Formats: sequence, structure tokens, C-alpha cells
Amino acid sequence: MSWMKKHERLERNSLLLLVCIIVTVLVGGIVEIIPLFRMETVIEPVKGVRPYTPLELAGYNIYVREGCYNCHSQQIRPLRDEVVRYGHYSLAAESMYDHPFQWGSKRTGPDLARVGGRYSDAWHRAHLVEPRDLVPESIMPSYSFLLATPLKTYDLNKHLKALATVGVPYNEEMIKNAEKDAVRQALGEARTDISGLEERYGGKVNARDFDGQPDMVSEMDALISYLQVLGTMVDFESAKKVEGGVQ
Amino acid sequence: MSSSHAIQPTVYNDDVVRLFTLATVFWGIVGFLVGILIAAQLAFPDLNIEPYLNFGRLRPLHTSAVIFAFGGNALFATSYYVVQRTCAVRLWNDKLAMFTFWGYQFFIVIAALGYVTGVTQSKEYAEPEWYADIWLTIVWVSYLLVFLMTCIKRKEPHLYVANWFYLAFILTVAVLHLGNNLSVPIGLMDAKSYSVFAGVQSAMIQWWYGHNAVGFFLTAGFLGMMYYFVPKQANRPVYSYRLSIVHFWSLIFIYIWAGPHHLHYTALPDWAQTLGMTFSIMLWMPSWGGMINGVMTLSGAWHKLREDPILQFMIIALAFYGMSTFEGPLMSIRAVNSLSHYTDWTIGHVHSGALGWVGFISFGALYYMVPRLWGRERLYSKKLVSMHLWIATIGIVFYIAAMWVSGIMQGLMWRSYDSMGFLEYSFVETVMAMKPFYIIRMLGGVLYLTGALIMVYNFWRTIRGDVNLKEQNQKIEGVAA
Repeated sequence: MSWMKKHERLERNSLLLLVCIIVTVLVGGIVEIIPLFRMETVIEPVKGVRPYTPLELAGYNIYVREGCYNCHSQQIRPLRDEVVRYGHYSLAAESMYDHPFQWGSKRTGPDLARVGGRYSDAWHRAHLVEPRDLVPESIMPSYSFLLATPLKTYDLNKHLKALATVGVPYNEEMIKNAEKDAVRQALGEARTDISGLEERYGGKVNARDFDGQPDMVSEMDALISYLQVLGTMVDFESAKKVEGGVQ
Repeated sequence: MSSSHAIQPTVYNDDVVRLFTLATVFWGIVGFLVGILIAAQLAFPDLNIEPYLNFGRLRPLHTSAVIFAFGGNALFATSYYVVQRTCAVRLWNDKLAMFTFWGYQFFIVIAALGYVTGVTQSKEYAEPEWYADIWLTIVWVSYLLVFLMTCIKRKEPHLYVANWFYLAFILTVAVLHLGNNLSVPIGLMDAKSYSVFAGVQSAMIQWWYGHNAVGFFLTAGFLGMMYYFVPKQANRPVYSYRLSIVHFWSLIFIYIWAGPHHLHYTALPDWAQTLGMTFSIMLWMPSWGGMINGVMTLSGAWHKLREDPILQFMIIALAFYGMSTFEGPLMSIRAVNSLSHYTDWTIGHVHSGALGWVGFISFGALYYMVPRLWGRERLYSKKLVSMHLWIATIGIVFYIAAMWVSGIMQGLMWRSYDSMGFLEYSFVETVMAMKPFYIIRMLGGVLYLTGALIMVYNFWRTIRGDVNLKEQNQKIEGVAA
């Protein structure tokens, strides 16, 4: 067979084999990945999605640190039962500022893509401290240490800056005020002036004492503020028009 | 072999192979132990000890320990063993080879410390942060150099097929690692970084990486292992040279496309999902090409399978490889995936590949290498090999059967409606239904670990130079009779 004779060249020349292997394995990745960077065809032009506030971002980082994605997805599929159970299916725009995505791959626990606003802060606090107090059959680990751990806020500006480098629209003002904004959001509008925070992140920002410990900004504050914003950003009135346009 | 070889036999660098072999066994035990612990945590949540030993931090420890520490060291050990023998030269650059050993162990340790202390990128199988990733890149480039230079200075005219697979594995893992881990640290003294990619793009790139960690780390590399150790143990040439060429190139070409089947029904554009599904189904053929080539290598030597537990390990490994590479394409079909995704079915599927294929082919290779590496005539005990084989096989069956049942059951419970058209089960009811299967799965893991501990004992006695006298005597009596 002539092609087998030709293959001999590769078996005799390791460098040629190396080059052929690299070319062969690059094709699939190039075809599937490069087109995704034409954002306009991938991300729906819906209104309302904004970058996380510094406190929510700290919460996102705690979510990542604790490996929550190992058991919770954040991606509702357009299947009848999922839409009934969890709400509107997930849009690409909703994770466009997640570096990286938190879609997950396993639901040992329920999907969290739209958990924001579903439960009270007090519920989340009690549930994270001891899940079985609220759901006796739950197999989730306890996270009571979050309540006792003060949130590290002094380096939040560095986090925002790094994210701005990779394309999240955090401006100078946001980076400069990162620490202040985090503390103010956790103190809440009842106890501090949050006009700067609202100016930077919009009027819908949840600013309150999330963890029930008024004299401390804890990691629990951050995580609950993150959970409470999940899936609540998109203005679904405008999204409807987009969907109509697609169909 | 030419006569010059007989006069001056090549002195192989087996020091580094011995170290990698010991590391494989050590990390294997660690990885299986952590696996059992997290399996137990799912059945008995009180076993979580916050914050360091919570499930969320330990699960990456388990996956990394078994894939990269156990599997990785097995690949290093066997690739260095195989490339020297099939190229008939000593490994290139002893010092650099030794650096790959210590450098790789150091990577494992800093990655593991990161997980328990909460340093993670949250990308499955690519959790280590930027500093560990850079270190791994240095180690990996050294590995490529050692392997490639050994290939280049070989004394055999042809590069044997096992080495094509090892080379493809080393190269592609390098490409995947670099592509998926592009990130910006928040500061040079900070562990934390942010991925360059977000949302849909990060998901696609992660599963381009993630699926090919399976395709190249856990498949191509271990096929390289298969292509050397199966023919050696069976003392037969590879079944078909032509098949090995065809399935090698089609396997590495097609695998890379399969990633999007992890993202069915998500916000990833449909065209990408469809491509991922199509190529995943096509992947069935080159996968079975490898299985057929391995199993048929026993043509004319089937009788050996009856008596040789090491060969049994290898053939059962190929059977599990065939089974999981059939199940994979099935699960990549969108309609099937809508049921299987997010459930334990996926976990069961991965473990039939990991425990059955990766684990068993590695055990087979280890049993082959250990007596030869330590200059012993034979293993301490063949019976213990057999015992390991059957205990571990039963363990796998427990494991995957439990996960099939729990996965399919949970998937069906999520989508079942009552007569009024409401969802029939709350989420936690589906969690409660899992419990017995989580316990069975854990027992499967305990059996698998038990088998591995028997192997450790057998190796310990072999390396000490012991031979099981009872077995020896029986053999002599048998011959005399």
C-alpha cells in the first residue's frame, strides 16, 4: 500500500511526526473556538447585565474557593422541567463577566443560576451555617466559618484591575472605590450613604447587612450578596423582544 | 538486534523509571483513599470538616490525585521505560530526566496544598493557579525534550507505535494546558488570578481542555502503554500495523472536536454543540480500533489469558475501554444527554474508564515492570495478582452499576410530573433517593483500594527479593506430576 510507505517517513523522522501531530490536533479547536469570539453572534443583546460589585465579586471568589461548582450548576437548560423548577433558561449574557464561567457539570445540589431573591438573607445565613437545620436530608457541607471570617477588602482594587485587564468594564472610579464600595454595600443603605455605589453599579444594587452581624463585614456577607444577585440582572422584558427577533 | 548490541548492551536509565513507578503506586493509594472519603461524605455529610476537608475542596484533590498524580506518574514511568527499549538507547540527559521526576512531584504537592487551602481556578482538572501552571509548563517542556531527544537519537530505524501515542499525548497536553490556563494574576505575590476568558468562551475552552485531558492524558497516553505492554506480555506482535496507523491519526484528529458535548443545551451556540456531538459519535470508531488492535494481539495466544493474571488485567482494561468509549458517544447524543447530564451517570461513565481502563492497564504495566526494574526473576506471588484483579473488578462493577441506577433515576425524577402537571419531586427528594447508591459506590471504592493494597504488598515482597515458596512448590509438584 503506497500510503503506508508514505507513513514510513513519519516513523523515521520524529520532528516531522511532531509537526503533523500538532497540525492535526489544532484543527478542531480552531474551528470550534475562534468563531465564538465574534461576540455579537454569541451573546444576546439583553439589557441589565452589569459587572459584579466588589462585594459580589468577593462572594464569587468565595464560591470559587470553596468549590461550590463541584455540586451546583449555574446553567438552566431550555427543557420544560428545568424552566419550571429553576426559571428562565440561562442566557450567554448572564455569565459574560464570569472569569471563568461557573456553569458546573454536576447537580449534587440544585442549580443556582436564578437563586437570587428566592430566599431571604436570613435563610441563606442559617442554611450555610448548618444546611440540615433547614433541610434535614441535605448532604451539603457546613460553612459556618464564613460567618466568623472577616472579609479581606483591602485588595479588592487589585481584583477589579485584573478583571479590567481581561475586558470587564470596570472604570477608574470603580477600581479606586472598590474597598469602600464593598464595605458600604455590606453596611447597607439604612446605615450609610450608598449613592456612590448606586452611581457606579446602578440603582438595583442590594445594599444591606446580609449576614445579620451589623458590626462586621464577613465572608458570609460577600457570599450571600453574590447568591442574591445571581440570575436577577437581566431585564426580561427586553430579553423577550430579542427572543422574538430570533424566532 | 544487531550483534553490536549483544556485545555492548545499552544501559538504560532505570533509576528514574523506578522512582516514577514508586510514585505511581504511592499517589494511587492516596487518590483512591481521598475518593473513598468524598464518596462517604456524599452519604454521610457529617464527615465534612470545614473548611479544609469540605467536599468542594477535596473533590479536586481526588480528581487531580488520580488523574495527574497516579495516571501522570504511570505515564512518565512507562513512557521512559518504553521509549528506551523501543529505541534501543539510553534516555536522553539523566539530569533533566531526574528533574522531571522531582519537578512533577513538586507540582503535585503545591497543587494539592492549593486545593485544601482554597486556591483554585475552578476549572475542572485545571484547578491549579497560575504559579503552579507555570511550574508545570517548565516540567512538561523538559519531559517533551527528554522524550523527543531520546526518539531522535534512537538506534532503531522506525519509531515504534507506542511512542507515537506518547508523543501525541505529551504535545497535546502542552497545547491544552497553555490554552486553557491563560490568566492574569492580581499581583505577582498573590495566588489569585482571573482567566482571560469569560462566560461562553471560557466554557468552550475549558471543555476543549477538559475532554481532551480525557482524550490525550487518559487515552492516547495509556494507549501508548497498551501498545508496548500487551504485545510484550502476550509475546505476540501487534495485531495490525495498518489499523494502528489509521486509528492513531483519526483518534487524535477527532478527539479534539468532542468537547462541546459537555455543553449541550447551554448558552453555547447550537452549531458548536452539534459539531461536538457529531465528532463524539464518530470517535466511537477510532476508539474501538485501538481496542480491537489490543485484544486481537492475543490471536493465537488466547490460552495464555487463562493462566496469566497480568494479561487478564490488560484485556479487562481493553474491555472497559471499549465499553466506556461506546457509552461516551451514546451520552453525547443531545437527547440522551438531556437525561444524563448533571447526574451520577456521568460519574459512573468516567469511572468505568478511569478504574477499568486507566487503572487496569496501569496495574498490568506495573506488574510487568516491577520485577524487571528491580532485577527479580518473578513477582512475589501470582495468586495475589489474581486476587487484586478480581477484588478490583467486583469493586468497579459495584461502582458503575450504582452510578447507572442513581444517575438515571435522578434524571428521571427531575423530569417527572404528577397528574396535575406539576413537578412530582422536590430537589431534596431526589437527593434522598441517592443515598443507598452512594453507599454501594463507596463500597466499590473500598474494594478497589483493597486490591491496590494487595498490589503494594506484592511489590514490597517482590522488591525485597522474596518469592512465595508455597506457589513455587506447587508449581514444581505440578511439573513433577
